[in-house]
Amino acid sequence: MLNQIILEESNMEKLKSTLPNMLLSLTIICVVASAILASVSQLTAGPIAASKAASLEAAIKEVVPEFDNKPTEEAYMAATSDGDSLRIYPAKKGDELVGVAVESNTQKGFSGQISVVVGFDVDGKLLNYSVQQHSETPGLGSKMQEWFRTDKNHQSVIGRTLTADGLKVTKDGGDVDAITAATISSRAFLDAINRAYSAFKSTDMVSSATSTKE
Amino acid sequence: MSNNNSLGKVFFNGLITENPTFVLLLGMCPTLGTTSSALNGMSMGLATMFVLICSNAAISALKNLIPDMVRIPCFIVVIATFVTVVQMAMEAYVPALYASLGLFIPLIVVNCIVLGRAEAFAAKHNVISSAFDGLGIGLGFTVGLTCLGTVRELLGTGKFFGMTLVPDSYGSLVFVLAPGGFIALGYLIAIVNKLKKK
Repeated sequence: MLNQIILEESNMEKLKSTLPNMLLSLTIICVVASAILASVSQLTAGPIAASKAASLEAAIKEVVPEFDNKPTEEAYMAATSDGDSLRIYPAKKGDELVGVAVESNTQKGFSGQISVVVGFDVDGKLLNYSVQQHSETPGLGSKMQEWFRTDKNHQSVIGRTLTADGLKVTKDGGDVDAITAATISSRAFLDAINRAYSAFKSTDMVSSATSTKE
Repeated sequence: MSNNNSLGKVFFNGLITENPTFVLLLGMCPTLGTTSSALNGMSMGLATMFVLICSNAAISALKNLIPDMVRIPCFIVVIATFVTVVQMAMEAYVPALYASLGLFIPLIVVNCIVLGRAEAFAAKHNVISSAFDGLGIGLGFTVGLTCLGTVRELLGTGKFFGMTLVPDSYGSLVFVLAPGGFIALGYLIAIVNKLKKK
């Protein structure tokens, strides 16, 4: 009723469903859509890259001691023990290497990838970490950004010196307390840390020495 | 009947009479998936609203150029275009929100509310009323998701839009998880029905 009264359309002829008509209208719509998407993609490419770079830089600053070089420009790839490779950002003060930030990730999370930037000092002590991206359950796995730095029982991983065996949750025979009710997320988080460490270890002292010299 | 009045009717039809979350029960996947916090629910609703308004207006404007037999692919292309625009804009300007909504933004393409309104309303009405229908339905969806998100966040973690009202330990976690989503939604629908009967 309502529709008939005020929303009456001008009786423009609707295109018939003939093959040329269908081809033409689909083609035109697709071309216009791709043109719009291409321009929006170009418009947003800059801001997207900038916001990613800014959050990475902030994370690196958070996890390593004070530095005065540009870690993002001196980044290099390092192999992990499971055949993958991770990006490593060396932080230097003067010419001396003070620590490295490893951009690590894991697929073992409860839902989707977890990305963590992990900072080590030159001896392999875990200085700090920063969770960049995750889709873990809110209220459970999502606590990882805080949980593993809280100095309570065996929760904290900060300040631990890692070994080749890596860190494990207590359920798996390790000595890190998992997040309550989120063992899978905790395992995944420690997996990301362990991968970071294995990448850090694989950059033998030779390569770090050469990069220190410059 | 004045024109303004009927546009208002179209608008309130989407917001209340045919509220997509509480009355039509459409788009349940993002409804349950993103409402673990009020902010996520609201952002998801707003993103969907933007897509709804744009796609409704565009489809309404194009409807005479689209032959009936290929209308569904045409609608989907139009909708997907707007969704991708939203996705890229969110990634560029609100990266934190983009990270937390993740997969659900591209999934707006297959949200049955959007295609449903294109088919049921925009394909039959003019541009302005279609845009208003998009606004009404989109706002209804946003209100629904925000209510559900607020309830779940409050009961689950004791927070309101991220602000702690009662300490974390009083929250009952089940409301943040999937079962709590169903429970909360069920009770909200019951309350809405009760209020409507009066």
